Amino acid sequence: MTTPSLVLELKQVCKHFPGVKALQDVDLRLFAGEVHALLGENGAGKSTLVKVMTGALAKSSGEIYFNSQNCSFASPAAAQQAGISTVYQEVNLLPNLSVAQNLFLGHEPRRFGLIQHQKMQQQAQQLLLRFKLNIDVSAPLAQYSVAVQQLIAIARGVAMSAKVLVLDEPTASLDSSEVQMLFDVMRQLRDQGVAIVFITHFLDQVYQISDRITVLRNGSKVGEYLAADLPRARLIEAMLGKELQQLTHQAATTTPAAAELLLVLNNIAVKGSISGISLTVAQGQAVGLAGLLGSGRTEVCRAVYGVDALSQGEIQFGGRTLRLQQPADAIKAGIALCPEERKTEGIIGPLSIRENIMLALQARRGWWRYLPVKQQQQLAAFYIDKLHIATPDAEKPIEQLSGGNQQKVILARWLAINPQLLILDEPTRGIDIGAHAEILLLIKSLCQQGMSLLVTSSELEELVAFAGKVVVLRDRQKVTELSGDTMTAPHIMQAIAEG
Amino acid sequence: MKQTQSCTDSLQQARLARYSPGSIKASARYLWPLAALMLLLAVNLVLDASFFQLSFQDGRLYGSLIDILNRSAPVALLAIGMSLVIATGGIDLSVGAVMAIAGAVCANLLLQTALPLALVIAAGLATGIAAGLINGTLVSYLKIQPIVATLLLMVAGRGVAQLINQGQIVTFQRPDFAWLGTGSWLGLPLPIWLVIGMFALSQLLLRRTALGLFIEAVGCNATASRYLGINDKAIKLFVYAFAGFCAALAGMISAADIQGSDANNAGLWLELDAILAVVIGGAALSGGRFSLLLSVIGVLIIQSLSTTIIVSGLPAKFNLLIKALVVLLVLLLQSDKFRRQLSSWLPKLRKWRKGGQI
Repeated sequence: MTTPSLVLELKQVCKHFPGVKALQDVDLRLFAGEVHALLGENGAGKSTLVKVMTGALAKSSGEIYFNSQNCSFASPAAAQQAGISTVYQEVNLLPNLSVAQNLFLGHEPRRFGLIQHQKMQQQAQQLLLRFKLNIDVSAPLAQYSVAVQQLIAIARGVAMSAKVLVLDEPTASLDSSEVQMLFDVMRQLRDQGVAIVFITHFLDQVYQISDRITVLRNGSKVGEYLAADLPRARLIEAMLGKELQQLTHQAATTTPAAAELLLVLNNIAVKGSISGISLTVAQGQAVGLAGLLGSGRTEVCRAVYGVDALSQGEIQFGGRTLRLQQPADAIKAGIALCPEERKTEGIIGPLSIRENIMLALQARRGWWRYLPVKQQQQLAAFYIDKLHIATPDAEKPIEQLSGGNQQKVILARWLAINPQLLILDEPTRGIDIGAHAEILLLIKSLCQQGMSLLVTSSELEELVAFAGKVVVLRDRQKVTELSGDTMTAPHIMQAIAEG
Repeated sequence: MKQTQSCTDSLQQARLARYSPGSIKASARYLWPLAALMLLLAVNLVLDASFFQLSFQDGRLYGSLIDILNRSAPVALLAIGMSLVIATGGIDLSVGAVMAIAGAVCANLLLQTALPLALVIAAGLATGIAAGLINGTLVSYLKIQPIVATLLLMVAGRGVAQLINQGQIVTFQRPDFAWLGTGSWLGLPLPIWLVIGMFALSQLLLRRTALGLFIEAVGCNATASRYLGINDKAIKLFVYAFAGFCAALAGMISAADIQGSDANNAGLWLELDAILAVVIGGAALSGGRFSLLLSVIGVLIIQSLSTTIIVSGLPAKFNLLIKALVVLLVLLLQSDKFRRQLSSWLPKLRKWRKGGQI
């Protein structure tokens, strides 16, 4: 075996923002033909490090060696030219262009200055076949699932003959089979000698694919480890600094004794979507919705929240039949929703944390009875303190917070109006482990206080930890309902797979 | 245990440090538009030494400054309405045509009926609101793109006004109505008072209730606003109706000013001035935060500029070009990126000049 060659090396890299040290003397070694996991809590400095590495941000001090040459990239384009490609969590391709156009955007095969569409499509087809992806490359990108789009984004990175490929949370919106597809591709690239930086919050996946792990905490490097030599507990310890560990292990939950039914879905259907869904949520009960991406989890949440109109069936809430035409009707009845798409459906980015917290309460009061600013400030201060929202003041635009803190603000928004039923659609998606544990704990305490919950999650262990029962969906239909002893992750998995 | 606590504290502090504020103060938003306005006024003073002089005759103030305020009244009213429409991410091209319709309705009522002044004014305003409701329905309930929906009324509206006037210029002799455009009160022309009144009322309506915040929320993210219980469609409907109301008021001022209704020319192209004023005030056409005061400052910049060009004695054919160039300059000055670029050029420029002297 030959010793792997060092492709990219960062030495004592610092990045200072005014008043903040985002990176402090960070080292990173990247060898050809390895998958290197970059781990850390949100705000640990992962994204800053990636940005410095790929030229999106200028480093304050330190040195970067690429192929043993001291260099620093002036822009992402320069880094890409040299062979460092980055694929971000949110696919940044153009959904209305064709797959082939996306793959070759900016370096289309040309003759006499004109784009050769035929040739481009052939090349695109060949490129994607390397990823075992046999799709119509002339169709618009938007037609394909997020997983396929993600693979196309990676293919685009590889098409530019990458030596280093940075994948920033590529699996956040993929289901397990799609993750395996992605991993196959990653292994293939690794065997071809590409160095891959893999950023994720899923520790299982880290152990499945990574060769080497670098952990960051608070802008500093904690250590570099071989994945095989690092037990999981030690890894979590390194990431969290022990501080929140005890939280993750608090599991036991109390299921309330036969309580009154709060929500009853009676054979509901939405045109072109879910059909024949019946389920009940009791007062103070947490009900989990399990299923793969596209199984109808989100659609059930949307129907109960009045986003999509029912074509059949009825929703009973607290003994009354609800006629929902818009979310405002559901809110009036006492239902709230933390949507899956936090950025487009949850936060109102440019508005401040204070305004994001008070808006739902204000919407319920109506436009005329304006909540006095002093009370707004008290409300915001109360929840910032109670939910440990990390921010210097309540006037900061919410879009500048990390994902976990944004989610806490949205939870605060609903806690301020104290709904009877809180629907949480993937509440921990794309959230760092620290905030993850805090949010799980918060959900649990809400349940103990008598709030009923309807929760979807791709992380079955998480669902099992606090749900009183789990409803399994497949192909937009209900498959089964599990509770008590049968409610274990393997059982749910089996139900998802075969019914 | 205590150690864990201090560890938590230091972590908390580290987090706080990371999220320390780097945002610009809200007052900085007012700096550049105000600076541009001051500069324009200063240029006027250089060109015409009597520019700031005010005289008091027949119970009314006269002077260039009063002229600028008086002439900018219709566009200022339009800009107040336009600010809200743009804050929701929309645009209203029809306000100029709505001015013409409201003027035509009032002129014909004054000429053909003996309705009291209050009813005529109410009819004019109701016309504006109705026109705005049509725009709002097209945009919020039928989901037609705002630029297309309001383009319809921009074209059709002037036709409606011509039909009401039966193709004529309708003139009337009603001193009480004409007072709206030409009268004065407490030393100031009435159009200025109407703008002040409308501005104050709007400010109360928008900032002392949650309406302004709802408009900004819908403009920033309509889906999220709907998900948290705001009726985004009703908000959009309201802003277009409000813009229609403002346009009707502006239309009545211009009709009163000439004591007649000219369907072809009343309010012609003023919608573009209103949009420009809102943009000069720093609003984003994609929606979000709005400031009525900044929009009005934008109007004053445009109007002062027109005055400057006339005072400077340049041939009239240069007017439009110079106006465009100055507006471009104002917009550039508001861009952080441009200012940064500029400040990086300055030292080089100085060096180059020194080199030249040697």
